[in-house]
Amino acid sequence: MSGTPTDVKRARATGHDQRIADEVLRIGIDASAASPTVLYLLSGIAWLLIGSVAGVAASLKLDLPDWLGGVGPLTFGRLRPVHLNTVTYGWISLAGSGMIVWLMGRLCRTEIRWPGLLYASAILWNIGLAAGSLLVLFGYNAGMEWLEFPLPAAAIIALAFVLFAVSMFRTFADRQVEHVYVSLWYILASMTWFPILYVIANAGLYQGVGEAAMNWWYGHNAITVWFTPIGLAGAYYFIPKVIGRPIYSYYLGLLGFWSFALFYNWNGLHHLVGGPLPTWAISVSIVASLMMFVPVLAVAVNHHMTALGHLQSVRYSPTLRFVVFGAMSYTAVSFQGSLEATRSVQEVAHFTHYTIGHAHLGMYAFVTMVLFGAIYYILPRIAKWEWPYPVLIKAHFWLSAVGVMLYFVALTVGGWLQGLAMNTSAVPFLDTVQQTLPWLWARSVGGSMMTIAHFIFAAHVALVIYRAGPMRFAPAWFRKAEEGAAE
Amino acid sequence: MMFIRSFVFFLGVLATFALGWVGIVGIPDIMIARVQPPAELKRYTADQLFGRRMYIREGCLYCHSQQVRAEGFGSDQARFWGRASVPADYQYDKPHLLGTMRTGPDLFNIGARQPNEDWHLLHLYNPRLVSRGSVMPPYPWLFEVKAAPGPREKALVLPDSVAPAGRVVVPTAEAHALVAYLLGMNHTYPVSQTPAPYDTAHARP
Repeated sequence: MSGTPTDVKRARATGHDQRIADEVLRIGIDASAASPTVLYLLSGIAWLLIGSVAGVAASLKLDLPDWLGGVGPLTFGRLRPVHLNTVTYGWISLAGSGMIVWLMGRLCRTEIRWPGLLYASAILWNIGLAAGSLLVLFGYNAGMEWLEFPLPAAAIIALAFVLFAVSMFRTFADRQVEHVYVSLWYILASMTWFPILYVIANAGLYQGVGEAAMNWWYGHNAITVWFTPIGLAGAYYFIPKVIGRPIYSYYLGLLGFWSFALFYNWNGLHHLVGGPLPTWAISVSIVASLMMFVPVLAVAVNHHMTALGHLQSVRYSPTLRFVVFGAMSYTAVSFQGSLEATRSVQEVAHFTHYTIGHAHLGMYAFVTMVLFGAIYYILPRIAKWEWPYPVLIKAHFWLSAVGVMLYFVALTVGGWLQGLAMNTSAVPFLDTVQQTLPWLWARSVGGSMMTIAHFIFAAHVALVIYRAGPMRFAPAWFRKAEEGAAE
Repeated sequence: MMFIRSFVFFLGVLATFALGWVGIVGIPDIMIARVQPPAELKRYTADQLFGRRMYIREGCLYCHSQQVRAEGFGSDQARFWGRASVPADYQYDKPHLLGTMRTGPDLFNIGARQPNEDWHLLHLYNPRLVSRGSVMPPYPWLFEVKAAPGPREKALVLPDSVAPAGRVVVPTAEAHALVAYLLGMNHTYPVSQTPAPYDTAHARP
């Protein structure tokens, strides 16, 4: 069945009610998004596996520094940037793009325009990632954190993003709705911001400490203008969708969005507290970080009030369980981040593993968990095949959730102790290293649990794509839903 | 109406972004770019620049910072890592290597703190030979194992436990360049404007 305008008219003309016409329309829209979405999602999942293995290997390198010590491309200093780049520009960006393509059709109530650009974009993106990762492994790191890919690879990724954005803007321009939903604000803003940001950052405009300012403006803004909007757009869509009630407050959404845009863009220099920059500039970033309480509270109240009273759905719906976990992590990581930016905390936490724990609370417990939830919703509707084994979803959830919590707690406690020791000049430096070792082992265990979860997830995705396993005629719930929400 | 709403939306989105860019990158950069590099700050030699490439290639910046904090903020001063660094110290740096981690110690003045070339070469070959308990990776690919050192080469003096039987370990040009870069990391010259000591009573958070 397709959803061409003729079908819609026919459905209306034959006297069926509006619901059926809508259903026909929706099926057509979903069909138009299906192939590009799958291409993006599967690419993203492949990079998730690569990035997770690189991450665990890098972590083990700190536990066992002589393990594979003779292999240049596998040294810690090359694996670590490959991990960061493949999970952020690979997994989150590609899976996020897949989710955005799907949401765009749904929220604009129209078919995806210029899908050819999306195929080209996804292919180029993969090429850019592969080229960039190999270049870093074989010694061509460009030298700045978050910007390790050399110019040719970065240029390919920039082009891929622009092609993606053009198709999305074209679809938005042809939208068949009056109301532009909150998720769309974040998506449209991110597709305006990110290409500009990425091009400026890779253009090599700065030098010395000015470049350090640019580096951390970029590093934090990549989270502001791309990774966080992916997570928030997903949470804003799936929480009300699965629960089956509207978002708590449109006006809180508005407040949350514009205060987010206003304050978040000024956060970056809190990564350089105590560094050789004008003090006022760092202070501005600290103030902006504290102002983030405004958008975060607005979003938190909005999401949590929507879910409140429907928390039993979290027990049934895989999508909701992942997305609500992500939304709660967003509140947590944002509160932590605002406080972490202050000078008193930075004096201890800066330069330690504490920061790495914080980063994973944001990029994993928040954004990645929302994306998992989104994929659990989207993929069966594209593949026309339900998730065959709910037990695998359960295993995925608990390994991911417990894994990232172990990761976070280990590095938060271990990092803080490391910072306290480092600030006590009587403690020899090597003792500060030795002290972190048990915490770093715990991190390796947490990271391995997450990696195992990803392989289970990927295997389950493969089963859906190949329509293997038992056939289901209803959504794959965690338990029998007596009176459930509508997924 | 719909067009105007979209127009205002994108205008707002671009304005918030541009404001942040100008505010925390543009203006600081203009201020910093005007600073003259100190006369004592030497430009990198070609060898040091090559060594700096090795520093980036091996990802040293993921564990070592190159910035020293002022008195009263952390214990950088008490650990004798050097005077607080200032923007002028970095005028020849591209890409910048300020770093964000201290899994290993700060290296902004490593050339002054540890001026011994042989120590650095041994440390790169296997950090645990000279630094017990270190988790730094070894970099054996910066060295060659051969029958005898060449005419202008010097073999590492290794303990028997790690020395290859009947052969010698010789640093490559890459190892020498990296060490030349590290030995050049010396910012102990005085500067006119060092940041004021931290006023712990008033300046926090």
